[in-house]
Amino acid sequence: MLGALIIVFREVLEAGLIVGIVMAATRGIDGRGRWIALGVAGGVIGAAIVALFAGAISEAFEGAGQELFNACVLGIAVVMLMWHNAWMAKHGREMAAELRSVGTSIAEGQKPLTALAVVVGLAVLREGSEVVLFLYGILASGTSGMALFTGGVLGVIAGAAFTALTYFGLLAIPSRHIFTVTTWMITLLAAGMAAQSVQFLNAAGTLTVLDRTVWDTSWLLSEGSLVGKLLHTLIGYTERPSEMQLIVYIAVIVVMALLMRLARGTSAPRHKTA
Amino acid sequence: MRPFATALAVAVLLAAPCAYAPTFAADDLTVTIKDHKFTPSEIRIPANKRLSIVVINNDPTPEEFESLPMKIEKVIPGNSKALVRFGPIAPGRYEFIGEFNQATAKGVMIAE
Repeated sequence: MLGALIIVFREVLEAGLIVGIVMAATRGIDGRGRWIALGVAGGVIGAAIVALFAGAISEAFEGAGQELFNACVLGIAVVMLMWHNAWMAKHGREMAAELRSVGTSIAEGQKPLTALAVVVGLAVLREGSEVVLFLYGILASGTSGMALFTGGVLGVIAGAAFTALTYFGLLAIPSRHIFTVTTWMITLLAAGMAAQSVQFLNAAGTLTVLDRTVWDTSWLLSEGSLVGKLLHTLIGYTERPSEMQLIVYIAVIVVMALLMRLARGTSAPRHKTA
Repeated sequence: MRPFATALAVAVLLAAPCAYAPTFAADDLTVTIKDHKFTPSEIRIPANKRLSIVVINNDPTPEEFESLPMKIEKVIPGNSKALVRFGPIAPGRYEFIGEFNQATAKGVMIAE
């Protein structure tokens, strides 16, 4: 039972972290609870569908369907996160100023929620489909399945508790700084996702250039350990990054910074920030 | 709504190359899963080469073929097989597992 709990918890962890960060990043926006719930619900339904068609997805594109699917899901999430940060750069200041009620921009405020709801949905879908397959496997094999299944369900609950922990941890940050912190977190989250997407494209055989390993820090921090896995999600830690992964990681951060500067420039021309 | 539409368009454009995947000639490397165990559990592979291995899952339940050091992560549904592409990897011993049944599903690849 404990084994199942741990396996499921590890799968749920990544999605849980993302949901926690998104909730903190949307603090004070009206209707964010509804959007995030919608994202999670959509992700769960999507996960079940993906699990159901796992065979068909796997066999598509010369057997590279699963890798390409994961790469695309991650790629779309990266673009949504970029768009969100650009939006926040443009409107974040006024939002931080009047956190209690964002009456003036309710309609505007819905936009980053759509993007982030998509991000949440995709995260839940990706990790969730593996959980669904794992739990299905346990149920189908019958023997001592109930204890394992209970472990699995407890793992999901532990993951949800972790989401709450992330969220309330971030809420402890003074509201003046919270958007700065979440903006940085989202930037690194996006860079890590993009690097992960590169790895999937490599496994698919679509992108195999610059695939030499730049460094190996598995002796220092294994990506399989809990800390390694947390950092993998949070900042994209990879124990053996390829050249292409590193390039894409840095490129996403640079592009994100440029986009935000551009967005900021169009909103407040008088405040020329460095 | 324009910027959001733009972001969506970019996302779709980025997704477009995903519809393309080159054809691969499958190598002779094969590993079979039965009763949540790998056969063979020790596989010799050439180092510093791009490789592919066919993983045949003869169990009715799904399995995730995974190796952190070799950067492999692939779900294989029950009673089906999948082609896993990986490498190049440096000479050495690399463990792989069936993540859903870690107690029994273990193996090692030796790159030389």
